[in-house]
Amino acid sequence: MGIWLLRRLGQVVPTLLILSFLIFGLQQLMPGDPALVLAGEERGNPEVLAQIRAELLLDRPLWEQYLHWLSRVVQGDFGFSWRIRMPVGELILEKLPVTFQLGAMAFVIAVVIGVPMGILSAVRRDRPADWMANGVALFGISVPNFWLGIMLMLLFSVELGWLPPSGYVPLTEDFWQSVATTIMPAFVLGTGVAAVLMRHTRAAMLHALSQDYVRTARAKGLRERVVVWKHALRNALIPVVTLGTIEFGRLLSGAVLTEHIFSIPGFGKLIVDAVFNRDYPVVQGVVLATALIFVLLSLVADILYMAINPRLRRA
Amino acid sequence: MSPAAESPGRRALRRFLRHRLAMAGLVVIVLFVLVAALAPWIAPADPNATSWTAIRRPPSAAHWFGTDENGRDVLSRVIWGARASLMAGVIAVLSAVAIGVPIGLLAGLAGGWTDAIISRVADAMLSVPFLILAIALAAFLGPALENAMLAIAIAAAPVFVRLARGMALDAASTDWVEAARALGNPPWRIGAVHVAPNIVPALMVQATLSIAEAIIAEASLSFLGLGMQPPDPSWGSMLNSAQRFLVQAPWLAVFPGLAIFLVVLAFNLAGDGLRDALDPRGERR
Repeated sequence: MGIWLLRRLGQVVPTLLILSFLIFGLQQLMPGDPALVLAGEERGNPEVLAQIRAELLLDRPLWEQYLHWLSRVVQGDFGFSWRIRMPVGELILEKLPVTFQLGAMAFVIAVVIGVPMGILSAVRRDRPADWMANGVALFGISVPNFWLGIMLMLLFSVELGWLPPSGYVPLTEDFWQSVATTIMPAFVLGTGVAAVLMRHTRAAMLHALSQDYVRTARAKGLRERVVVWKHALRNALIPVVTLGTIEFGRLLSGAVLTEHIFSIPGFGKLIVDAVFNRDYPVVQGVVLATALIFVLLSLVADILYMAINPRLRRA
Repeated sequence: MSPAAESPGRRALRRFLRHRLAMAGLVVIVLFVLVAALAPWIAPADPNATSWTAIRRPPSAAHWFGTDENGRDVLSRVIWGARASLMAGVIAVLSAVAIGVPIGLLAGLAGGWTDAIISRVADAMLSVPFLILAIALAAFLGPALENAMLAIAIAAAPVFVRLARGMALDAASTDWVEAARALGNPPWRIGAVHVAPNIVPALMVQATLSIAEAIIAEASLSFLGLGMQPPDPSWGSMLNSAQRFLVQAPWLAVFPGLAIFLVVLAFNLAGDGLRDALDPRGERR
């Protein structure tokens, strides 16, 4: 396992390096001169422009700019926001807990809906329960989550008045208020992941139920409940756990629009606001941070896979 | 005709045509394509014509889907919006295929360093969530529908790189490719003639499902103001302005979203049906 882990880590490094290259390259897509954008009112003053260029190394060759940027990123310095006048790293760390709370709630909702639905659907294959579960999953995959958010807001906030339409209260401030402000966005965020988890669980369960050991278990007269819950499910959940970990990355993607709609001051809102303000260092920083989180999650997923699958451990 | 005498393509077509949900999806897709193509003739009004006397009117006989905050006919805007959504979805995915497949084939057939570099770049891009990558690209390219399409195409391409590479590796180990190589065919010819046709089925399934994703991505970018620019209608940007009038004019939010949902659902149904029909294992999964 030690050697395997080392080799797996060895794969991560070049991926991250290429990623840093791509994210740095994003700047080059930008039309126009960043110095002009930054100078604002003083764009007519050549001295100010020269000063900005020197400060941002814009007058140096590209490879030098890249190496400088990379050496700072490696040290945890993600640059400086052009608009908010704060280090990008600090901004991200400040917003991350909010998105994390939202993501964790969404994930719990997704697991609670998706996994039992997948099991039910596999056990009752080709019967009404299966059709219904597949229909729900198809809905979850096809509905744009920002529209679902707006529709739920319309129903629960505007029509019924049960939940606040937007805003955010931190967990530490008021637990129930915090849950009330995040439950609707968490549900919106969770639906897509629930649908994917349902499909994975169904496929894995169908596979497990067709295996020889399940036939053996049935042949020796075990009750169906024991066969399904003890024999099939335990094996079916192995791929679901790893895929579930990676699906957490999908939550980050969905969080962008969900937070924007519900005005939740998280990670997603940070990148959207940065896009509107043309605050490019923040956009770069957020992309880099999500990629880091995702790479880390896939690593965790692989380790989990090894840990819960005894057959791989010996290999 | 006995199934044994049937060609694989014909069998897949027969199975697809019998797949009820897939056919329903296909019908909806065709309907939306017709609506988009015939927009100038079937839209009851000019989608950008504003009116002071009909601001935020609920649905009625004169305006089936109501009017928006500038008195524009929502039905006409939804009809014209189909153009932006379908075009963005289809063109972005076709571009992603055109970029991704040759690169993936190259990686799979060339192997060695070429493969290592291409695969790591694809991995790197796939480690950024699709929508965040598209948003970042669109942000740096600047707000416009064409840029949004380009951003979606680039963000979607790595999936096709990976798919084509895997299929090329599979095909490269088959006897017929071995035979073609022994006959002295150059690698590009093996790629184009012997490998590419065999990946078409898997490619069609992935492309159909990717169109669904690309349509949501275009709507998301337009919703954020990074896609279609006002006053031209797109479903995403309509939802953006609708959100400001949720209390006064809820119908503004209902119809464009419903349109996105239906089109995406249709592409997902067609893609799932295509996958079932092309699955070489038996009549059903």
